[in-house]
Amino acid sequence: MSETVKKFLYVNRKAPYGTIYAQEALEVVLIGAAFDQDVSLAFLDDGVFQLTKGQDTKEIGLKNFSATYRALGDYEVTKLYVEKESLEERGLTLDDLQNIEYEDEDDDYAEKPSIRLVTRAEMAEVMADQDVVLSF
Amino acid sequence: MKFGIVVSEGPYTHEASDSAYNFVKAALAKGHEVSRVFFYHDGVNVGTRLSIPPQDDRQIQEQWTALAKEHDLDLVICIAAAQRRGLLDKNEADRQGKDANNIAEGFRISGLGQLIEMGIQADRTVTFGD
Repeated sequence: MSETVKKFLYVNRKAPYGTIYAQEALEVVLIGAAFDQDVSLAFLDDGVFQLTKGQDTKEIGLKNFSATYRALGDYEVTKLYVEKESLEERGLTLDDLQNIEYEDEDDDYAEKPSIRLVTRAEMAEVMADQDVVLSF
Repeated sequence: MKFGIVVSEGPYTHEASDSAYNFVKAALAKGHEVSRVFFYHDGVNVGTRLSIPPQDDRQIQEQWTALAKEHDLDLVICIAAAQRRGLLDKNEADRQGKDANNIAEGFRISGLGQLIEMGIQADRTVTFGD
């Protein structure tokens, strides 16, 4: 759609259902995928809860959109940076997160993990490397 | 420099739209360009012409409308976020069978693609939010 390719980072900082930020951030990511940009997502602070396994929203009457994160690979969104300290501060480990994979078309469509665990210092580098940072 | 602006919190509850307004005014005064202001999340509420703040308070929507007129600014309200929150232009009100519309002069409703396009075209994208 555009010849310019920029590095877009969507920063997810909020828990999934207490506010609408996570859901409306996903809407931006899905629309943005049509623009063929270099897309990454960052999950930090309570944003790490967005990726947790076993979310069940039946009792609160909100749409459970957690499966959408597993579909991101189909939109060529394959870089999900998760901040290690944010997980630890909340008593979480990678095992508490969904298994999110993408098919690497440059490697015979091998399934590879989309989640990349990074330290807070490394997250700062990821952010510094971007052209456009949208924070949710 | 060409700036793209995101406003992601509603008026009066948050200062975000005030800060964005002040930033845009200052940037324009310095000779910079503001290619678009994109209102998302509760930020869409800035664009209702039906708000009636107390007279001794700032008139946030009117400030934006006047600034848009003066500088030919592109003020875009996200349609998906707007529909959830009851922000409608005449076309959308007719299409959805609603009996009123409330978009203020100087604002237009469009899709999220406008946000991405703004990010691609602007030198800097600046978000005003929580």
